[in-house]
Amino acid sequence: MVNLIIIFMAIVLVNNFVLSQFLGICSFLGVSNKMSSAVGMGGAVVFVMVIAELVTWPVMQILNKFDLAYLQTVVFILVIAALVQFVEMFMKRYLPSLQKALGIYLPLITTNCAILGATINAITFNYSFIESVVYSFGAGVGYMIAMILFAGIREEKLNNEEGVPVPFKGVGIILVAASIMALSFMGFTGMFQ
Amino acid sequence: MEKKSKLAILTNGIIKENPVLVLLLGTCPFLATSSSLINALGMGVSATAVLVCSNIVISLLRKVIPDKVRIPCYIVVIAGFVTLVQFVLQAYAPGINKALGVFIPLIVVNCIILGRAEAFANKNTVVDSALDGIGMGLGFTLALACMGAIREFFGTGCLLGITIIPDFSIGFFNLPPGGFFVFGVLIAVMQAVTKGKALKAKSFSCGLCPMYNSCNTAEANAEVEAEKKAAEAAQAV
Repeated sequence: MVNLIIIFMAIVLVNNFVLSQFLGICSFLGVSNKMSSAVGMGGAVVFVMVIAELVTWPVMQILNKFDLAYLQTVVFILVIAALVQFVEMFMKRYLPSLQKALGIYLPLITTNCAILGATINAITFNYSFIESVVYSFGAGVGYMIAMILFAGIREEKLNNEEGVPVPFKGVGIILVAASIMALSFMGFTGMFQ
Repeated sequence: MEKKSKLAILTNGIIKENPVLVLLLGTCPFLATSSSLINALGMGVSATAVLVCSNIVISLLRKVIPDKVRIPCYIVVIAGFVTLVQFVLQAYAPGINKALGVFIPLIVVNCIILGRAEAFANKNTVVDSALDGIGMGLGFTLALACMGAIREFFGTGCLLGITIIPDFSIGFFNLPPGGFFVFGVLIAVMQAVTKGKALKAKSFSCGLCPMYNSCNTAEANAEVEAEKKAAEAAQAV
């Protein structure tokens, strides 16, 4: 149990997917301009990450059994793409309210490197099934926290760019803000082994 | 699309439409693998190899692939080549393979590669697509190498592991925040030099993503806009 808590906290704070491992940067920078979309995207990532892990971990055991571990990349991306499609159809039919909140972000997620990265990492670290699921959930939560914090900063501070040097306007200042946020997350380094 | 000379196609990706510095694509591997010059070069070369091969194959298959399932088809082609690159690196450059780690399999979801397949290779001939792949790959590699050199030099005082200035290191540049910071400064420098003309993308948004048109976000955005307009109209009344 302690082990699971450590895995969860370490991936949420210390090895935060976005701020210290650079996974999912495209969507982190692209969708964080509004708080509402940041929450929606974060929720969708947590949801898909856990489901993807539930499916890819058993798939990897099958691949290992037939000595096909090198097919990992091809199989994982196809499984995730199919899964996202399936989840979308299922939600449309049975959970229309959830579909309304998260649905539009789902197709984006197929090509989000955070999802594929989490599933591959869990295999590389030799995690057990439960550990993998906790790891993925933590990775999603970490992504969501970073996303919501950053959306808050952008809405509050970066909407009017008064006082920002001209060359930094637009893209530059967003990256510098992300850098400062990543720096503050560095404070968690060494908290968990 | 207008007819371009072969040379123009080749050089397009290096400067005018540099995938990272102008189009802001592929930012994840750009930030993650640029902590040292050798990693940056390894990533650049691997991504270029995949990009050229997948561009050629997708261009060859562009009349065979049905439009509706084209994106899964591209992903399968790209994933195949990524697996090949993984094998080559494991055999001949295990050190780089280890340093790049998860980012080698993640070339599959690199939006530069999928973006070029969608925007160029499925509309153009094989030769043009190969040239485009080489140009875009070189542009990506150059940008990565530039960033890698800056971060390695300031972070450790070395270049390619050779000490340039002894006892000089600013650890910040090697760490993740340094990646964001150097990228931001690079973009600002480029903006200043070209007086803001270079950057095509004015800010980060979903519209940059090559998948934008095939993704529901475009529709959703349109819906939101329509709702806003309706609300404004109602207020005016």
